[in-house]
Amino acid sequence: MPLKELFNTKPKYVTIKPPTPAPPGGVETVERPEKKEIPDGLWTKCGGCGQTIYTKDLAKNLFVCPRCDHHFRIGARERINQLLDEGSFSELFADLRSVDPLGFPDYPAKLKRAQQESGLSEAILVGTGKLEGIPLGLGVMDANFMMGSMGSVVGEKVTRLIEYCLETRLPLVIVAAGGGGARMQEGVLSLMQMAKTSAALGRLGLAGILYISVLTDPTMGGVFASFATLGDIIICEPGALLGFTGPRVIQQTIRQTLPPGFQSSKFQLEHGLADMIVHRRELRSTIARLLRFHHYGGGA
Amino acid sequence: MGNGYTLEFEKKLVELEKKIEELKRYAEEKGLDMAEEIAPLERRAQELAREIYSHLEPWQRVLIARHPKRPTFLELVSFIFQDFLELHGDRNFRDDPAMVGGLAWLDGRAVTVIGEQKGRDTKENLARNFGLPHPEGYRKALRLMQQAAKFGRPIISFIDVVGAYPGIEAEERGQGEAIARNLREMSILPVPIIAVITGEGGSGGALATGVGDRLYMLEHAYYSVISPEGCASILWKDATKAPEAAKALKFNAEDLLAFGVIDGIIPEPLGGAHRDPAQTAANIKRTIVAALEELVKIPGSMLVEERYRRLRRLGVYGTS
Repeated sequence: MPLKELFNTKPKYVTIKPPTPAPPGGVETVERPEKKEIPDGLWTKCGGCGQTIYTKDLAKNLFVCPRCDHHFRIGARERINQLLDEGSFSELFADLRSVDPLGFPDYPAKLKRAQQESGLSEAILVGTGKLEGIPLGLGVMDANFMMGSMGSVVGEKVTRLIEYCLETRLPLVIVAAGGGGARMQEGVLSLMQMAKTSAALGRLGLAGILYISVLTDPTMGGVFASFATLGDIIICEPGALLGFTGPRVIQQTIRQTLPPGFQSSKFQLEHGLADMIVHRRELRSTIARLLRFHHYGGGA
Repeated sequence: MGNGYTLEFEKKLVELEKKIEELKRYAEEKGLDMAEEIAPLERRAQELAREIYSHLEPWQRVLIARHPKRPTFLELVSFIFQDFLELHGDRNFRDDPAMVGGLAWLDGRAVTVIGEQKGRDTKENLARNFGLPHPEGYRKALRLMQQAAKFGRPIISFIDVVGAYPGIEAEERGQGEAIARNLREMSILPVPIIAVITGEGGSGGALATGVGDRLYMLEHAYYSVISPEGCASILWKDATKAPEAAKALKFNAEDLLAFGVIDGIIPEPLGGAHRDPAQTAANIKRTIVAALEELVKIPGSMLVEERYRRLRRLGVYGTS
């Protein structure tokens, strides 16, 4: 590439949609400004400090800004690569596909677009793998696929993964990233996935199998109010937006300015929801420590 | 019917009903026999009512479900149960007046009853937060349900809530976790749980007390992942398109029965529950008594197993 072109590369700006009128009630499906943050150009502008970073350096640093520690959103495959031992991931239930049970306006087209843009069939990948040699069941959501919302397929994959861990007695780790909450386009069927996944976790809990939930930016609505907040251990990534009702909806309902840091990782730690905030650099080793504390992988 | 609140599509009927009442009063005052004049008008009113209420759009039914005179939790309880004794508090933070629960008799059987209580007027609504629970409301409900399980009492849950409460304090006190915990714990309580959506089944707030062995809906109730207004403002950036969203969301009782989400539809009196609360309550009672007869015969562990199988079936998807 000629040097001139290199400097012509457009910096990636965070795009914010203009606010829309408050939807009264029914606040689970949260529409957030879509931050297309996953870097794909040569240079990437940091959403935290504004610094332009050489994308290869950013990748080497696990997509954390070397200057300000801003944790970029990462896709499911990148997350799996970061967490698991190389080549150990084996995907399960990959054949499940969303349909359009309600005949909802524009849903099939939206699904198709999400599939093309993300290269994923749905907003979550589930499977088994090894982390520092310890076998586990792993689910990783992808915020880029229809904002990481949960419809029938996401609910079914999570539930099957839990049942798989129940059968095989593997510990379970789910990395949540779902700003879209329960997927509106599948109506009440999406709502039912909250109950289905939570009920499956009830059985896993009775069997004494460890479930670690990792909350990443953003996790809201029906994802937050089901499997994501039911972990035996709940870990947050730094600087994530985590909560039930979206900040815009709250703000427009109560007509007050929200306090700074509202629904941040720190907020959830301080208010007692999360066990810890863990830097991405330490996520893998922290999960390994937790697994060993629970006598997986031979303990110690 | 002279209840001081008329929906747009009922206007014609309400006017006719007023006219009939006026005629009757006039006849009584003057001591006249006007039966022959009144009878055809009454017949016409009946026809008109059938015509209007048998062709309601989803949005019109939402308006009926939200009717300010729709029987509230406590009214239904007074019709259906005997000797209701309210129990308060989540043993943790405070007593949430939006979520009511307690002990009651249902035809000689002790049960635990829970439900959201909407207010009848502004003052009551402010006290009850419009029937919108905070996290402590869901936690109170769970405390009472776990108490019921401890003492082997069946649980009856009435649901009428516009949605979870969008507020700062609700987030600070862990609304998401409170809902999630209820879903998980309700799924493993070894006593019968019967839930009835009596009005609004607003998303996570409604689901939080809606996991059970049987789920019924009143005829005009709706149960949705999002309010029609919220859906319209996301889809079309215009909350006034709620009537179209109401259609798209397929959240009426018939839709939910077809999806296998509910077990049955409880009929309402013609025109909606508010036109005859006693009849509405009688219909609910008949349904829950019959369901309970079946459920109490099933051992707790089998109830829990079958409850999981019910949830497990929910969802529609294909394979590649």
